[in-house]
Amino acid sequence: MKVIEIKNLIKEYDDAEVKVKAINGVDLAIEEGEFTVIVGPSGSGKTTLLNLMGGLDKPTGGEININHTSIHDMSDSKLINFRLNNIGFVFQAYNLIPVLTARENIEFIMELQGRPRAERRKRSVELLEAVGLIERINSRPAKLSGGQQQRVAVARALASKPRFILADEPTANLDSASTQNLLDIMEALNHEEKMTFIFSTHDARVVRKAHRVITLEDGKIMSDVMQEHGEKQQ
Amino acid sequence: MIWSVAWRNIWRNKLRSAVIMMAIAIGIFASVFTWAFYRGMVDQRIQTAILTEASHIQVHHPDYLVNPDQKSRISGINHLVSGIDTLKGVKAVTKRILVNAMATSAETGSGVRIIGIDPDREKQVTNIYTKIKEGTYLEGGKRNPIVIGSELTEKLSVGLRTKVVLTLQAMDGTLTSGLFRVEGIYHTSNSAYDEMNVFVKYGDIAGLIGLDSLSGHEVAVLLADHGELGDITGKVRKQNPGLDTKTWKEIMPEVSMVEETMDISMYIFIGVVLVALIFGIINTMLMAILERVKELGMLMAVGMNKMRVFLMILLETVLLSFTGGIIGMLAGYFVTVLFYHKGINLSMFAEAYGKLGYETRVHPVPDLDIDLKVALMVLITGILAALYPAWKAIQLKPAEALHMDV
Repeated sequence: MKVIEIKNLIKEYDDAEVKVKAINGVDLAIEEGEFTVIVGPSGSGKTTLLNLMGGLDKPTGGEININHTSIHDMSDSKLINFRLNNIGFVFQAYNLIPVLTARENIEFIMELQGRPRAERRKRSVELLEAVGLIERINSRPAKLSGGQQQRVAVARALASKPRFILADEPTANLDSASTQNLLDIMEALNHEEKMTFIFSTHDARVVRKAHRVITLEDGKIMSDVMQEHGEKQQ
Repeated sequence: MIWSVAWRNIWRNKLRSAVIMMAIAIGIFASVFTWAFYRGMVDQRIQTAILTEASHIQVHHPDYLVNPDQKSRISGINHLVSGIDTLKGVKAVTKRILVNAMATSAETGSGVRIIGIDPDREKQVTNIYTKIKEGTYLEGGKRNPIVIGSELTEKLSVGLRTKVVLTLQAMDGTLTSGLFRVEGIYHTSNSAYDEMNVFVKYGDIAGLIGLDSLSGHEVAVLLADHGELGDITGKVRKQNPGLDTKTWKEIMPEVSMVEETMDISMYIFIGVVLVALIFGIINTMLMAILERVKELGMLMAVGMNKMRVFLMILLETVLLSFTGGIIGMLAGYFVTVLFYHKGINLSMFAEAYGKLGYETRVHPVPDLDIDLKVALMVLITGILAALYPAWKAIQLKPAEALHMDV
């Protein structure tokens, strides 16, 4: 079942009165349960593509359908609500609200969704257990390492029960051990809960874990390769 | 949770928030205390105006206040006094004879206003008898006693038991004079009043000018409750349609005006303080938003809608303003309560205040109603100050904000 379907996607920016095509006619479909990475050099359009798929930006042309709902022509207010209920985000940094604890950060999303307190409490504990941070449940982000913060961000992204998770260079600021730990958690969630993950990354360790590697260059897909479990292939 | 987030966000930069809260607190403290101080000052002036000078209501011959001629007298004044005394809410009534005269001592002279009184009744209406600093208040059976103000004793160079000659026009138009002996010296907070007014017995002055004992120039009425002024004034007017009945506000419009304009003046004063604070609050909130552009971008990206973002910034601003405001109000209230009992000594300005009829020890009046009004004004200020920063916040585009370099 297709989670995301993109047709002839175009995104143009005005740069010094010259139109620059950041995304130039991309066609793409992501199936449920995929563990996909988008790679490419800086400026190739990875983040722009992720922003468009996540409804954070609007395309100049083309179509984006998520679970058969077109989001390319959706109003801003509807898009915010759509993101809240369908898409999980993990960013490179500034993922968490600094004044809230790990649990509160996770519950915050569910509160925005209007879920009852008891359900929020139960699920935040489950998710923190899943990412191995139950002992840090009452810690604020400043008391957590970079890797721990990203694990809370993954738990927060899962809290809303999204269709898929978009992760924009989530390991960029992490050391090797933290990266490995984060990837193991995401991989386990992908295997066990069939959660769809789409990453943009420069990190070879992330690429090795992926089922599918899409290479982007100058806003176009240069290659789209399915691979057996990356690490076993090496 | 949005309340909790807003509150905790305030304390992310403790020093910056503390500085703006302190500025708000000082501004509100100054406003609350100044208001209480002026309220105390004006209340005391009104109390003096009513209890010492004008009473609540005065009744005169219709021509008297236009032209204070002693011939403009009220006939059957005892009957008038009795009639008013029966009205519910009237605490005491007294009659007076008013005559302008020249008072002369062995050394010099001065123009005065003679107030002929019935001492026993006058004591129930005015409090001049409590202001006696030497001698007595026309007590005893001595002939032609006079009570004069301390300012006049200095001007005439007289003292207790000194003789003073009053020269004045009799009812028949001839000049007459009488020898009086200073029996008491009073001192009020109004030096101009003390210099001008002398008190003699009703019968003594009536006999001197040839006024029949059933006539007089003024009836003064003291009420049990200040709030019933309008109601009882109406009843007195109805009871005595041929006479001129006036409230203290009409008799002393300058005092009434101070009361009426004080609140407006204080609203303007607090308004200026709050407008100045608005700019400080806006600046603080804009800095707070600029520092959190990426975080706000993240919040909008994950699904926090613009209304919630707006509300969060609004709450932060209001909580910041209100916390400072509450600190200022409590400080203002407690300092007011402290000085309410103790009073603030303005004796260094005694001469200037005395001439205007103000007490030199002011007792600020704590007023919860004023504090609530100030609280409401602070709340409105917080909301107004939040609008621009909150609007700036919701203009952010999540995709751009997340990658903005700040």
